[in-house]
Formats: sequence, structure tokens, C-alpha cells
Amino acid sequence: MLVVADDPGMHSSQNEQDSRFYADFARIICLEPANQQEAYQMTREAFDLSEQFHIPVMIRLVTRLAHSRSVVRLLAARPENPISKPADSTAWTLLPANARRRWRSLIERQVDFLSWSETCDHNSLKLNDHDRALGVITTGLARNYFLENVDDLRVAPSHLHVGAYPLPVEKIRQLAGHVERVLVLEEGQPFLERQLRGIVSPRAEIQGRQSGHIPPDGELTPDIVRAALGLALRKGLAVTAMTLPARPPQLCAGCPHGDSFHALNTALEQFPNAAVTSDIGCYTLGALPPYCAIQSCVCMGASVGMAKGASEAGLRPAVAVIGDSTFLHSGVTSLMDAVAADTDMTLIILDNETVAMTGGQPTIMPSSRLEKLILALGVQPEHFQVLNAHPRHESKNAEIFRAEIAHKGLSVIVMVRECVETLRKKRKEKAQTTASVREAVEVQI
Amino acid sequence: MKCDIIVAGVGGQGTLSVSSIIASAAMSEGLSVRQSEVHGMSQRGGGVVTNLRLSDQPIASDLIARGTASMILSIEPLEGLRYLDYLSPDGTLVSSTNPVVNIPDYPKLNTLLETIRELPHSVLVDGEEIARRSGSTRATNMVMVGAASPLLPIQPETIERFIQKSFGSKGERAVEANIKAFRAGREAADLV
Repeated sequence: MLVVADDPGMHSSQNEQDSRFYADFARIICLEPANQQEAYQMTREAFDLSEQFHIPVMIRLVTRLAHSRSVVRLLAARPENPISKPADSTAWTLLPANARRRWRSLIERQVDFLSWSETCDHNSLKLNDHDRALGVITTGLARNYFLENVDDLRVAPSHLHVGAYPLPVEKIRQLAGHVERVLVLEEGQPFLERQLRGIVSPRAEIQGRQSGHIPPDGELTPDIVRAALGLALRKGLAVTAMTLPARPPQLCAGCPHGDSFHALNTALEQFPNAAVTSDIGCYTLGALPPYCAIQSCVCMGASVGMAKGASEAGLRPAVAVIGDSTFLHSGVTSLMDAVAADTDMTLIILDNETVAMTGGQPTIMPSSRLEKLILALGVQPEHFQVLNAHPRHESKNAEIFRAEIAHKGLSVIVMVRECVETLRKKRKEKAQTTASVREAVEVQI
Repeated sequence: MKCDIIVAGVGGQGTLSVSSIIASAAMSEGLSVRQSEVHGMSQRGGGVVTNLRLSDQPIASDLIARGTASMILSIEPLEGLRYLDYLSPDGTLVSSTNPVVNIPDYPKLNTLLETIRELPHSVLVDGEEIARRSGSTRATNMVMVGAASPLLPIQPETIERFIQKSFGSKGERAVEANIKAFRAGREAADLV
């Protein structure tokens, strides 16, 4: 089972992504829960489907569902399957001859997936025989917003909800043949809407994200769906006395990243054309005022490869800024590459000894071993610096940054100081342990 | 019965605890509950907002529609006003008077509070001062739960039980301060 959470509205991602395209491309079944209870039940069902059809099954979530809570009725737990090794290893050894056989088998089984999808409860069609003007197709969370508004319509439109893919083609044809106009409400890209064109009559009127009747980007809301259904929006109250300023997130007071950015900015005064690539973590906030220190953030580990590319293309000096956990996740391979080419670039690793942005989880390898790892990659010891990211060392640090950025070759600088949040947590835990030890001792006495 | 609440505050103020205590209490009284929040990049110092929906009927949407919320419950006055277009004209803005000034262009506090007072229905309490008198300024968020509680479809005793549960791991004193803060907030709202 493959669980994916897409991010319509991009609450914390670089793109909205609609993974239903990937399920289609992989020719597998995809389940799309509309609420918390369905998420629970579909997860159980996905395991069964996977075993029934011998395929991975995708569960497609979106941020709004992944970050929500509700009452979920639990079902009886089932015993775990005994561990078993497949008798036929050719299915797992994708040499071309085996791969071709697997691909053919997957294509042949599409008809089974489709007939399952046509009859499963997740795809439900309700036709209104008294009114044929409008048919609504919802997928995933869009059903919630439709239900939220449907009682305000004069007549309830015919409605097909799709919670399982491949698309239930027959049900779609039935709906489209029944109504004059089809409105498609789906979270993400116009995945279903685009495929409709190959399923229903070319004369059918289809409205959705593709046609411009629903905004092409952003998360759906009850209000967007309400407007698409032709209902008047309800007005709330308004602030007229002033415009409210935004409150963007910011680095914590005392954050070591802030001190490293100050030192970097001082060093870069001498290199106004420097390319500063960066990465994903709390330190991405270094792109915002007051720092404005970094110029890129794409995907985990991208900063190192981007700086290498920039330098090779002639955009120098090239500086990459990455956090310790992101470096361990996927920066280290690009550094290996930069070592091999002795690329003229400077890599700055902000080592706060934790995965700070997601809540202070431990890094995959303790920071204390970073030094050994980097030297083992072949970074020249004379251009490898481990510095204390404390404000009292700021001017000295800026001086070292300047020298290493000026060096015509690869240099790596690790800025060490623990995240203020994890430090605070540790101190608190220590105080609590001390207190409970004292209590225990007092009890003994 | 339905009670749709926008809970707002600044990262670090305990906005999510407010939502989860009200949500758990409502759930234990047999209500349908939907709680939706997006953490994203707003953990520290940025605005935080939760959509909290309680009803004795099934609830379809996680999100509240504009103009339909029964209440905005805010631990910070600017953040409360930010979601005003979600508040039904019959709804109430319950807010603390204490600003978190961590942006350069923070509006004049008096203008903010005046705007809130001029709304059809509002409850303003000095959450920080009430919390301080209850034993800890960190309990400001529970003062605000108390201030909102007369408008919630939940028994105050049930909410107290979940405050107890929520702060239990932090020791008896934390529980006591938070319960005291809740009661004082409730009393202050009744006086407004």
C-alpha cells in the first residue's frame, strides 16, 4: 500500500501534485477517502485489494484530510499475516524478460480492476429522474463541500461520487447521458475532467477546473463549490477600519540559523554576484526579511547540486546552504560529486543537531559524526571548517566565510549550535528527572 | 444544533491545545466533531488557525464556509479579526486583549480593540492578567476557553475533565493553574 498526501493550496509544499496521475500511470488501483472514517476503512481495504489483485494500492490523501481529526469508529483488529517469501522470485527480479511478462500481466488485469471499480461502494451514482439539468461528479473531499451546499439548491442534481480508480466508466456514461450539463468537483488537477472527454459524448457540456468554472489552482472550499453550484455566497463581517498586516512565520528568537545568515550576509558584501542556493528546513525562512540571504529552495538536497551546476556554468561564487538533516537525507551524494570534480563552491551545513522543522526529531546519524563523514568523502581538511554559530563569533565566522568563498575550489563549513527549541526541551526534561530523582531519594530517606 | 468555531492565535500560544480540548470534550458528550488545522510553516511566530465544527448531526465538510461561523475564538486580537469574513452576523468574536507584537507593522492596539467592541457580538477579556492571577501566564489559552465556554454546547465540567487530562503529564500545579484559569475566564466572560 502506498499512501500519498497531495497538497492542494500548497500549505507546505512546492507544488500541488495530483498523485492520481501516478496511480493511472502505474496502472494500479487508487482509493481516495473523503473523510476520516473512510481513510481508516479504505486503508484496511487497500491491504485486501493488494492481496486480491497482487498490486500495490494507492491511498490518495490531501493536506486537509491528513491534518484533521474526527471521531472514527474502529473495527475489530485482524491478526497479522504470517511472513512469507514469494515462491516465484521472477516477479521481483525485473530483468527485461521478467519485466515484459509482468507488464503484460498488469495490462491484462486492468479489466479486473475496472470491473471492481464499476461495482464497488466507493463509486456511487444517484440519478434524479425528475430533473435532468445538472449532474455533479465529486471525487474525494469535494463531496463534503457539495453535501454542505446541496440542501440550498432548488432541486438535488444527479450525483456520482468517485472514491476509487480506475474511473468507473459505465457509471460516468450513465450520468452524462442523463443530464444536460456535468459539473466536476475534484481536489487537485482536472484529472477526471480531462478523461471525461474520452468517455462521454463530445457534445456533453462539462464544467470543472479545466473549463475554468472552478479555479485551476488552490484547495477547494465550501464557498468555491457553492459558487460553482450557482448559489449566492453568504457574507460574513468585515474589518473596514484598517488593513490587517500579514504575520509570516519567522525564525525563533535566538535561533542559530539567524546568526549564520548574518555572518554569511557580511561575507557576501564582497561578492555581490554570488549565487546562494538553499534547501528545505526552518532555514528556508532565511529567504525572507530581515535576512534575504538565500536565493533558492526546491527539494530536499537540491542546494548542493544546484550550487555545483551554477559554478560549472560560470555563476561564481556559488554557495549552498543546507541543514544537517537535509544534508544527511540527500545532500551528501551531490557533495561526493562536487569532491570528485573539485567544484569551485562553498557548502555551508547549518548543524542544529536535530530535524527542527518537523518538531525536533533526531537526525538519522548523530551530528557528532558529520565531520568524519565529510572528510571521508575526500573534502580537503584545509578547506573544511567547523565553526561555532554563536553571535559572539559572528565577525570571525564572516571572515572565514569570506576566505573559503574566495578559495578557488571546494570548501565545506559546518556551523554548529543546537536548536533553541530542542535545547529548551532537553533542559526541561533534565530538570524533571532531577526533581523526580530528588523526590525518590527523599522517599527512601 | 451546530457550532462552527474558528480558533485563531499565534504559533506558540497554545491554539492547537484550545481546539483539541474543546474537540475532545465535545466528542465525549457524543457530538460529531471535525477539527482541521494546517501546521505548514506557521509553527513559530506565524498565524495559526483551526476550523472546529461541533454538531449533534453528521458533519460533511472539515472547512467552515464564509459568513457561517458561530464563533471566532482568538488568543490574540489581530488574529481574531483576520477571519472576520467567516463569522456569521449573529456570531460572536471572543478574543483576548493581549497583542503579540512580532511584526513591524502591527496596528494600534486601541484601533483593534475598538473594532472588536463595535462588532454586533463580542467578548473581550484580558487573558494574560487573568491567567497571571490564576498562577501562570502560560494558561492564557485556557482563560480563553473559559471565556468561550458559556457559548459552547458542552458542560463546563466536561471541559475541565479534559483540561485535567491534557495537562496531567505536566504535574498537579499545571493542572490546577489551568483549571483556575478556565474558571476565571468563564467568570470574566459572564461579566462582560
